[in-house]
Amino acid sequence: MKKNTFTTIWKSNFTTYGIVLLFFAVMMILMATGNLSRLMRGQLVPICAYAIMAASLNLTVGVLGELSLGHAGFVSIGCFGGGLAAALLHDAGAGELVCLAGAVLAGVLLSTLAGFLIGLPVLRLNGDYLAIVTLACCQIIKSLLTNLFVGRDESGLHTGFLTQPEGVAADAFVIRGSQGLRNAAVIDNFPAAVVLLILCLIIIYNLIDSKSGRAIMALRDNKIAARSIGINITSYKMMAFVVSAAMAGAAGALFGLSQATVLPGKFDFNMSVLILVFVVLGGLGNIRGSVIAAALLTILPEKLRFLADYRMIIYAVVLIVVMLMRNSTVFHGLGEKIQGLLRRKKTAGSPPRDPDTDPAGKEG
Amino acid sequence: MAARKTYEPTVMVSPPSDILIPERDLGEIPALECRHLGITFGGLHAVENFNLTVGKTEIAGLIGPNGAGKTTVFNLITKVYQPTTGTILLAGRDIAGMDTAAVNRAGIGRTFQNIRLFNNLTVEDNVKLGLHNSIRYRSFAGVLRLPSYWQEEKKAHERALELLSVFKMERMADLRAGGLPYGVQRRLEIIRALATEPRLLLLDEPAAGMNPSETEELMETIRRIRDEFRIAVLLIEHDMKLVMGICEGIAVMNFGKIIAKGTPDQIRNDPEVIEAYLGKNREE
Ligand SMILES: Nc1ncnc2c1ncn2[C@@H]1O[C@H](COP(=O)(O)OP(=O)(O)OP(=O)(O)O)[C@@H](O)[C@H]1O
Ligand SMILES: [Mg+2]
Repeated sequence: MKKNTFTTIWKSNFTTYGIVLLFFAVMMILMATGNLSRLMRGQLVPICAYAIMAASLNLTVGVLGELSLGHAGFVSIGCFGGGLAAALLHDAGAGELVCLAGAVLAGVLLSTLAGFLIGLPVLRLNGDYLAIVTLACCQIIKSLLTNLFVGRDESGLHTGFLTQPEGVAADAFVIRGSQGLRNAAVIDNFPAAVVLLILCLIIIYNLIDSKSGRAIMALRDNKIAARSIGINITSYKMMAFVVSAAMAGAAGALFGLSQATVLPGKFDFNMSVLILVFVVLGGLGNIRGSVIAAALLTILPEKLRFLADYRMIIYAVVLIVVMLMRNSTVFHGLGEKIQGLLRRKKTAGSPPRDPDTDPAGKEG
Repeated sequence: MAARKTYEPTVMVSPPSDILIPERDLGEIPALECRHLGITFGGLHAVENFNLTVGKTEIAGLIGPNGAGKTTVFNLITKVYQPTTGTILLAGRDIAGMDTAAVNRAGIGRTFQNIRLFNNLTVEDNVKLGLHNSIRYRSFAGVLRLPSYWQEEKKAHERALELLSVFKMERMADLRAGGLPYGVQRRLEIIRALATEPRLLLLDEPAAGMNPSETEELMETIRRIRDEFRIAVLLIEHDMKLVMGICEGIAVMNFGKIIAKGTPDQIRNDPEVIEAYLGKNREE
């Protein structure tokens, strides 16, 4: 039947990289021959950013098996932090690529920190509680950013919370409360975005296909069994969550710099759900699917305007489906249920309660 | 492989107190000692004053009617539940304060009555997860594909196949664990537990759902595992043929308490046991 798993995984990963490179090549050719609309041109970097957001969220939702509704929060931290870093680098006379690299680095660092701080309390929770608390964290981040002012001039950085600091010129501000981020220079570098996307994909794929990734998937499939073979659940949960957050930060920085301004309201619950929709449509645990779904769903609404009217309905339906499917560990939900029924018949002698204990209480 | 040491016939002795272990394990520290172990669930004494010693290379059985508290004992030993009373010594070391993962690292491997495999992963990955703590490379080395990653993964791959061969399952390495037949899943669970290099293996109804010939084979394999890995095995089982066939010492539980301890012959003829357990079974 199936041959060597090593080669299968290897092939699968490289197919994904190939698809991304092909997309890049086609877009570059279209651009060179003048066949790419201005609208599409402007979408290229956001597509890469959304693809990173989706792939990284898949690490939490599909690979770790925990529903996070706060991914947009990490994206916005990366976006605003990265924007600020880019502005400072720009002032110092750095070139476009240095600004971008600095922004991505700052975005990664800040969202890693946030992922860790949020993860500490949140990862103690399970299932729907985790979803709700990550959602709340996303809202908190949005509120904080809405009230944050950061400007810079010759005398250094000026920060204010709730009120704009006095005596600083209006155009010195990079982050302007509810008016959001205003970039010193728009950096819309498609090749760099593709490089970042591939870098993220390599990290995700290599992580999944290593002892850490195996441990993370083991948690998803059966926590009690994972504990029983000596796997430290908390640290692997944290690893998946933080890596996911870090990449969201990178995507945020990439996205933010490609826009002239970004409002803090952009990264709300709807954005989190939008990324989740990419993940669910692409397939839980299927990184390539996330990338493709992100690209298609970013292009499609532009092409098919009418879809926009139904978007919220689609979100809602998908959300409900996710919630329902999550309980049966998704992938082979139906098959497993049937198997479970057969199994129960065979062990008809034992009581209906789950004897291996589920502290959460499967009894009854 | 080196010549296998077999241990037969077994003479059970009772040094200092009422401990029962095979004579050959006498000079050694017992693999497991439970002293006055107990837990209550909202007033129900699921396990009470549970005392058991398992010799270093003993195959011991824990039997009793449904709901007697056998699985709960396993859950206490592996810290899925925190004992309300008592002490657990693993090779002489108190495991108080350890959590489930730490208890495994200290040397207890287990299987579950309701099979708990990593269903969406392959058979090989399930075994490699058992090897997890003996695979020596760091996460970043895995992401960066440093040489240590390739070396250790290769070693793990070979070791996994070696372990799978215990049950002649090498050829199933690439199959999805969740799709395997029931009996094979039980065997895979044993291999996964063995991969963690335990000194004590806890098997919760390993023969459940197996046909007589599979059970026969399982008995043989459990013995072979004990001989090759030099470990102790404590198993819960309703199949009397298996229990009487391979266990050297047997403890019988009813309503959370041990009602008898002894060799298979002693247990077979114990009137209290017959009333509580075997008698009921014979009527069926
Ligand atoms: N988490 C729990 N909460 C409440 N009661 C429990 C819990 N776990 C076990 N019990 C109770 O403890 C008793 C012993 O259960 P246990 O599963 O240990 O029995 P068992 O001997 O393994 O039975 P079987 O042979 O059917 O597997 C039962 O009455 C059960 O209802
Ligand atoms: Mg039981």
